Amino acid sequence: MGVEKILFYLFAATAVLASLGVIGSKNPVRAALFLVLAFVATAGIWLLLQAEFLGIVLILVYVGAVMVLFLFVIMMLDINLAPLQEGFARYLPIGAAVAVVVLAEMSLVLNPEFFGLKNFPVPEALSATDSNTKALGQLLFTEYLFAFELAAVLLLLAIVAAIVLTLRRRDRKEALYQDIGAQVRVSAADRLTMVKMPAVVAVKEEIKKESDND
Amino acid sequence: MTEALQLSDVLVFGAVLFVLSLAGIFLNRKNLIIILMSIELMLLAVNTNLVAFSSYLGNMHGQVFVFFILTVAAAEAAIGLALLVLLFRNKQSINVDDLSEMKG
Repeated sequence: MGVEKILFYLFAATAVLASLGVIGSKNPVRAALFLVLAFVATAGIWLLLQAEFLGIVLILVYVGAVMVLFLFVIMMLDINLAPLQEGFARYLPIGAAVAVVVLAEMSLVLNPEFFGLKNFPVPEALSATDSNTKALGQLLFTEYLFAFELAAVLLLLAIVAAIVLTLRRRDRKEALYQDIGAQVRVSAADRLTMVKMPAVVAVKEEIKKESDND
Repeated sequence: MTEALQLSDVLVFGAVLFVLSLAGIFLNRKNLIIILMSIELMLLAVNTNLVAFSSYLGNMHGQVFVFFILTVAAAEAAIGLALLVLLFRNKQSINVDDLSEMKG
């Protein structure tokens, strides 16, 4: 067995055990941490498949952002776990049955004899000067430019949607909201007060004194 | 067993990951957070397949597709978690069984 294959089996075993942990652990925080492990192990497999950019993006975006968001939400909510655990044992047989059937079907299709591996030869190792990031960027900024911009709009949409959904209408004094009606109704008298006061004479006298001294 | 890593190895790994997350949805039918995490795991399995095919066919378009799936999945996670927070605020619960108001 080559080093590549040993590494693959190591990463694959880690990812599978971690995903067992995700679906099996009682505590959602623990499940989220197992999911992080699964993501990291899968990123390792992507690196083995010469998809360096995506492997690193998976760790940066998923482990760094999305899973932290998951953990934030889990810790923010005070969840009563007991009712959520009900039915785990009840659904275990049917869940396992569906899983086994789907897995059996998939491995039947994917087994090396049936799949025609001759059509998919092992790719040659890229040379040190070949850059996966450069190749991906060249495609992304030419052929897929419109889709790339749409993805940016989609992310903006997600930001706006998440904020709008979770924005709480609090008391107006507590949170500051714009009241456009009040802004339009405002007149100069509300903002500006004219103050009448006598002119100060003392200044003139001081000036006189100063000129006398000169 | 051959020396080098074959395509079907990776595809079977993706299938195992997908099946496990499918079982996770069945088993944790009541816990919305675990269901969301299982969906993330499913997307990961699908992306692994795309990356494997892209690598073995020498075609970069698959990896571009994975890039877009990652974008959409991040947006989906953000909105899904926002919905979850909203739901918890209104119901004090994330149990799927408590969400049957529409009787669909």
